Amino acid sequence: MNINVTLFAQAVVFIAFIWFSVKFIWPHLLNAIETRQKTIADGLAAAERGKLALEVSSKQADEEIAKARGRAGDIIGQAEKRATQLIEEAKLAARDEGSREKAAAKAEIEQEVSRAREALREQVAGLVIAGAEKILRREVNAQSHAELLSQMKKEI
Amino acid sequence: MASGTELTPTEYINHHLSFFGKQVGDGGFWTLHMDSISVAVLLGFVGLGFIWWVARGATAGVPTKRQAFVELVFDFIDNQTKGIFKHERHGFVAPVALTVFIWVLLMNSMDFLPVDWVAKGTHAISEHGFRIVPTADVNTTFALALTVWVLMIYYSIKVKGLGGWIHELFCAPFGSNPLLWIFNLLFNAIEYLSKPLSHSLRLFGNMYAGEIIFLLLWMWAANSGWGTDHYLGLVISSVLAFAWAIFHILIVALQAYVFMMLTVVYLSMAHEHH
Repeated sequence: MNINVTLFAQAVVFIAFIWFSVKFIWPHLLNAIETRQKTIADGLAAAERGKLALEVSSKQADEEIAKARGRAGDIIGQAEKRATQLIEEAKLAARDEGSREKAAAKAEIEQEVSRAREALREQVAGLVIAGAEKILRREVNAQSHAELLSQMKKEI
Repeated sequence: MASGTELTPTEYINHHLSFFGKQVGDGGFWTLHMDSISVAVLLGFVGLGFIWWVARGATAGVPTKRQAFVELVFDFIDNQTKGIFKHERHGFVAPVALTVFIWVLLMNSMDFLPVDWVAKGTHAISEHGFRIVPTADVNTTFALALTVWVLMIYYSIKVKGLGGWIHELFCAPFGSNPLLWIFNLLFNAIEYLSKPLSHSLRLFGNMYAGEIIFLLLWMWAANSGWGTDHYLGLVISSVLAFAWAIFHILIVALQAYVFMMLTVVYLSMAHEHH
């Protein structure tokens, strides 16, 4: 243990190194680290904000989807209702049409029947006249007896 | 050591414990330990230079592994300082802690270098002796401790004012009763005296003891031979030195850490009002 002037020399060296650290090392490192810390903090905050925005928008999207689903259900219901309505209407129309056709056919048939009856009547009248002619054995003047004949036709 | 020469322990150890002194004036005091100073300056330049080099190119973006390593050291020291020193630390105290830690750690680490191999190189500079562990030189540890001591007093006066500091010398810690002034002053004097002593001698003692143990083991190895002990001493001392070196890693780091922490503690105490 011998104290000598080395002590002062080392102290000067130490002070010089302290000065160097204070002036040139620490501020540089501190600056770099603090800037990075800020960058990371900003990034984390941004990520947090992004997550929040994502949550909000996904909730919104869910709501929209639910709304759309509801509307789609309504539309389908309406369409179904309309379809049954249309079917009912068609059925009704078809029934009407059918009955009309049936009525027309019936009328035609009746017409045919009356026409046939008329023709039959004429023929019977002819036969009757021919029979009467033969019975009377004389020529019946058709013109003078037309009135009588037509009356007979009606009676048949 | 020239092989084959029997060395007495005193000779061997004295040889390794003599400084490379240089007279710069008359009397024993005016001697410079060129070995301590040159190794200390070199290590300071290497350690702080490396950190400065990394700090200069430090980016706030994604750091390189080298920068990440330096930032780990930075963060470690910053956290330790933050734990003790509750005032603004970035302006002075934290960089001082960084300087102390890096420098003392490197100076302590010189203990790992095998002395006799290093001596082969240093004999070219100084035949007489060359000690490569600056912290095993009491001048170095006192230089550091006294610088911290001066800073401590400087900050005490700066923070509290000269009057405040003198008031504290007389009125703390026991109280401001005039009867207690003398005891307060005595207590403070002892405190101011013991701080640099314990600060510097703790580091010096640890490093010096470590060096001595290495020297004893190496001396055992050097005196071992076929004729004397069938190289048994060489084997045993090498094993022991290996174990001691591993243990010494702890001491080297721990003492650097303790020295740094005490520096911060003393500067922190200087900032506190009583």
